[in-house]
Amino acid sequence: MKLGVLFSGGKDSTFACWKAMQQEEVVCLITVISRNPESYMFHTPNIRLAALQAEAAGLPLVEVETAGEKEEELLDLKRALLSAKERFGIEGVVTGAVLSVYQAARVQRVCLELGLWCFNPLWSPDQEAYMEELIDAGFKIVIVGVFSSPFDASWLGREIDRRTLDELREIARKYRITLTGEGGEFETFVVDAPFFSRRVAIEEASRDYRNYNGVLRIERAGLVAK
Amino acid sequence: MILVVDLCYRDGSLSRDEFVGPVERFLRKTGAPFCTRHYTAVGAPEVEAADAVILCGTALLDTGFAEHPERFRWLLAFERPVLGISSGMRALAAAFGAAAEPCCEIGMTDVEVLAPDPLFAGEEGFLAYELHEYAVQVPDTFIPLAASDRCVQAIRYRSLPLYGLLFHPEARNEWIIERFLGLAKAAQ
Repeated sequence: MKLGVLFSGGKDSTFACWKAMQQEEVVCLITVISRNPESYMFHTPNIRLAALQAEAAGLPLVEVETAGEKEEELLDLKRALLSAKERFGIEGVVTGAVLSVYQAARVQRVCLELGLWCFNPLWSPDQEAYMEELIDAGFKIVIVGVFSSPFDASWLGREIDRRTLDELREIARKYRITLTGEGGEFETFVVDAPFFSRRVAIEEASRDYRNYNGVLRIERAGLVAK
Repeated sequence: MILVVDLCYRDGSLSRDEFVGPVERFLRKTGAPFCTRHYTAVGAPEVEAADAVILCGTALLDTGFAEHPERFRWLLAFERPVLGISSGMRALAAAFGAAAEPCCEIGMTDVEVLAPDPLFAGEEGFLAYELHEYAVQVPDTFIPLAASDRCVQAIRYRSLPLYGLLFHPEARNEWIIERFLGLAKAAQ
């Protein structure tokens, strides 16, 4: 089955892509760029770098911009999926939805309207096993947004390796946050994945942090040999 | 031992982690022994060894299982507890002669309990995650236990603990699976 992956460049959609590749044929990545920082559906700090990640993966990228108004962004999602269907013949869509019923239900409705299958291979995971699997599989993931106590500015730009995972585990236990960041506590950017032929090198980045809320904006990045 | 039946479009499919995985993870968490089989691979040995059965759901467009009703005939003679989830409810109802009818619900929905039953005891209603394009007509030998404002959400065989749920209890309502496991244990 030819599939398009709804792609944000973070760990969940990238891992979902990798899982889909093991079962079906992924023919493109699909990115909805929201201009609204409050968007529940699509906003993420470094979404414009999805193009670089798509190049690293050797996959074409379908990019659609949205103003990010609540229901209108669903029309923009529909436009993006329709474009992927027409250009690449996708029969289904893969998402990195983990726990969010809000996001999952909306994508399901749009897919049904377009006659597309919808796959959520990370749905309701064992969070511990999922994070372990990411590291074991060779994903290199950087934290690019923090939105919760106790994350200070030092977390921005940190790679999620075993040591970081141990710390996240401790924080998750103590502060009752999700280990995967699914509750919006942190956001990630994937610099390398098993299916990337080259990895993303972050050359210049700026931190914007205040009171347990911050983002790492990647100003300049390129692809380098692995 | 609980027999978990995968109704997805093929054995080991991309949908497995979404519809079978969460049920397996819950069973693992509760310590309930289980084995999983794709519906095309369920044979007499698995059925005989099962103390109870959970029929899992499928993706919205995944209706291949409904084209093979003969694969579910064993349910007619299986007199131990069964929990059919969404597409699993459809397969269970079809085995007992009931047809499906269009009724699309996606997302969180209010479910009202209609009749007393140990599965929903103490609950008048709850919010449930829905993902279906079809509902089922209630088979003659079943009673409706719960409904949304659009269609029947839960059924049970009149004299046996054979249940069908149109919503997905593995998302947001694991307590229902836990109660089912309690009924399965009590029936042993």
